[in-house]
Amino acid sequence: MDQLIAMVAKRLAFGLVTLFVISLIIFLGVELLPGDLAEALMGQAATDENVAAIRAQLGLDRPAHTRYLEWIGNLMSGDLGTSLATKRPIADLLGGRLVNTLFLASVAAIIAIPIAITLGVLAALYRESWFDKTISMVTLSFVSFPEFFIAYILIYFLAVEFNVFPSFSKSTADMTLWQQLYSISLPALTLILVVIAQMMRMTRAAILSVIASPYIEMATLKGMSRPRIIVFHAFPNALSPVINVIALNLAYLVVGVVVVEVVFGYPGVGQLLVDSVSKRDLPVVQASVLVFASTYVLLNLLADVLSILANPKLRHPK
Amino acid sequence: MSEPLLVIKDLVIEGYQEEQWNGIVHGVSLSLNRGEVLGIIGESGAGKSTIGIASMGYARPGCRIVSGSINFDGVDMAMASEDRLREMRGVRVAYVAQSAAASFNPAHRIVQQFTETPVVHKVMGFGAAEQKSKDLFKSMDLPDPENIGRRFPHQVSGGQLQRAMVAMAMSCDPDLIIFDEPTTALDVTTQIEVLAAIKDAIREHNTAALYITHDLAVVSQIADRIMVLRYGNEVETGETRQMIENPKEDYTRELLSVRKVHQDKADIEGLGNDILTVKNITASYGNGVRVLEDVSMAVTKGTTVAVVGESGSGKSTTARVITGLLPPEMGEILFHGEPLAPSFKDRPQDQLRRIQMIYQMADVALNPRQKVKDVIGRPLELYFGLKGDAKKARVKELLEKIELGENYMDRFPSELSGGEKQRVCIARALAAEPELIICDEVTSALDQLVAKGILKLLQDLQNDLGVSYLFITHDLATVKAISDEIVVMYQGKVVEQGPRDEILTPPHHDYTDLLLSSVPEMDPDWLDGVLEHRKELEARGVVNLRT
Repeated sequence: MDQLIAMVAKRLAFGLVTLFVISLIIFLGVELLPGDLAEALMGQAATDENVAAIRAQLGLDRPAHTRYLEWIGNLMSGDLGTSLATKRPIADLLGGRLVNTLFLASVAAIIAIPIAITLGVLAALYRESWFDKTISMVTLSFVSFPEFFIAYILIYFLAVEFNVFPSFSKSTADMTLWQQLYSISLPALTLILVVIAQMMRMTRAAILSVIASPYIEMATLKGMSRPRIIVFHAFPNALSPVINVIALNLAYLVVGVVVVEVVFGYPGVGQLLVDSVSKRDLPVVQASVLVFASTYVLLNLLADVLSILANPKLRHPK
Repeated sequence: MSEPLLVIKDLVIEGYQEEQWNGIVHGVSLSLNRGEVLGIIGESGAGKSTIGIASMGYARPGCRIVSGSINFDGVDMAMASEDRLREMRGVRVAYVAQSAAASFNPAHRIVQQFTETPVVHKVMGFGAAEQKSKDLFKSMDLPDPENIGRRFPHQVSGGQLQRAMVAMAMSCDPDLIIFDEPTTALDVTTQIEVLAAIKDAIREHNTAALYITHDLAVVSQIADRIMVLRYGNEVETGETRQMIENPKEDYTRELLSVRKVHQDKADIEGLGNDILTVKNITASYGNGVRVLEDVSMAVTKGTTVAVVGESGSGKSTTARVITGLLPPEMGEILFHGEPLAPSFKDRPQDQLRRIQMIYQMADVALNPRQKVKDVIGRPLELYFGLKGDAKKARVKELLEKIELGENYMDRFPSELSGGEKQRVCIARALAAEPELIICDEVTSALDQLVAKGILKLLQDLQNDLGVSYLFITHDLATVKAISDEIVVMYQGKVVEQGPRDEILTPPHHDYTDLLLSSVPEMDPDWLDGVLEHRKELEARGVVNLRT
């Protein structure tokens, strides 16, 4: 058990180092953008004097490392800074958006993961049958199209032609859970279609790779049925790669929704990020990207820990 | 006499390889009575396992039962439906595999796997099955039978797991158990316990068995009759005693004589000069656990020093220390009286050249993408700068030395048999013109007759070239055959060492005694005798066998 805690602690430390490096990259990336906040704010009225005055006001005339340390220092104390466009604290701005994004991602995940795993198990069970081939073909074609394309196709059929779901996913505080679910049905469906393929293929491949093990032959010679062998004997040993792929896809669900949120006009972090970039609201961009990065690191950390736990040799040491 | 339990008639099985179906078993027939044990022996490729599992109506992926009948108590297993077979497997006929460590599912507790067969087949409920597991574990002499089932397979030692698998096979009191090399993967001293457990269990439950092995001595302990197979054909079948004492066929006689490889020592210049001296080596891997403690040994010119011991005794680690792969914590290694650097990185190339190594798995030790001439040519280029025709001529010379012709030059390892691969590895080692070759279990993965050929080749090369061997093995028959000196290791320490005849003649050190007495002999009464002997050793507290 101590070994396990040590491993988790090590991964956690790595995660923190990664986040630190990411914060550096974000800061440098924003720093490298042509023009700066002051110029963007002044727009047409930018004279050298005005810009210098604004720079001094925003503290932009100080050297980069001082500003970075200040930013990081504020972050540590929970202060994400203030939006330049709206003058509101970024934390308030982000909070509601993040909840929306997580809501969309969770709904997609809750539906997609069980479907993907079930399909993967079934594909392994009926390997090389027409079922296996159809499933592979269908899921792979969904993953091959860009998500905005799938989104527009869904809008065309399910919103325009048949008008089953709304094409615009608004979200306000007074909506009931059911209304919210209905509102996000199309973006959720888009995400589900995109993420299923990879998880399903990995489940199938992981199961098939353990099928050749002697303990599977042993189970056959104990008179076990094929479904039982796949579910009880093969799947538990195939968990580790499956968990990793699920985590990657969860991260994608949170991080990669930018395009989907924009298509459906859904007020999530992705939408906020795109808006802020176009408005040159750089503190918000920095904060949003950092949120995305943390999600990514956190989910991968979780996957690492879970796949360690999936190994009985580590869970039950000698 | 009642009806036989299992009758196999003209069984033909094919395997799919290189895009065509090739025969594996060519019309073998056998019959087995209730409560009878038939030993099936042969080398790899003889089709013995294939026949064994075919009697459960199963053919491995890529294999098919072509013709013939397998009549198990009135059911034709070759023709029966999958559902019918599933009802029979595990309940009426059960299987014990070679490696329990691989055949137990690592994700589930032992008791879950034990109870699976009776519960799924509705023979008994979970509670009754669990109780039965405890009873069987107890009769198998497993430690803590009440709780051992709660463990995961990796928490139990190899020999114990093998016994647990025998218990699992008996969970539904089957009429027939197929034992597929159940003791091959075990150390000699562990093999005995498993063998004894199997023998008791099948005797007590009057279970019939097919006992598949390549070891005639092992099978003679347990079988009523023995069938010898070769290349998928029956060679002969007979009562155990008669087969051991008076075999009819030459091939059987050859199998019996494998354990005797004689040797003559040629006159070698400088014979007996010290080449390698290992002095008080202590070593451990990163985790701080000592694997070698105060190990000393010496190898002299033109001789073979055999290092024997069970797995975990530190014999391969000794080789790693000598070659510089694992720098020791204490002690030193002298080569011709000169100290060797602890790590191979700090040794000059000429020193590296003079100590070569041959490994157990020739398969893994050869790059599958390199032709034989490249494998052997590489050290020639590296150490002697040979190129072009000179290199080719030397490769040819080396190929002749290992009794393979020039036509092997352009072959890839996949086009060689196991024995041929090992010969190529030997040629690669010889190419460096070493003074010492460390042979790490070089014959363990080979069939008996092939192994005999390799040992003879090594012996001839020694007489011819005066090279010395440090021969690491767990197989005492090999040790007897080729060693001049013997070093016995146990738990990282040298227990006893000296000239071969001195070590092999009593009085022995107690551990050596245990090791020597554990090697099965071609005598059906040997097992009972040796078990008595072990009880004495244990009573004297020499070794703790219940680990």
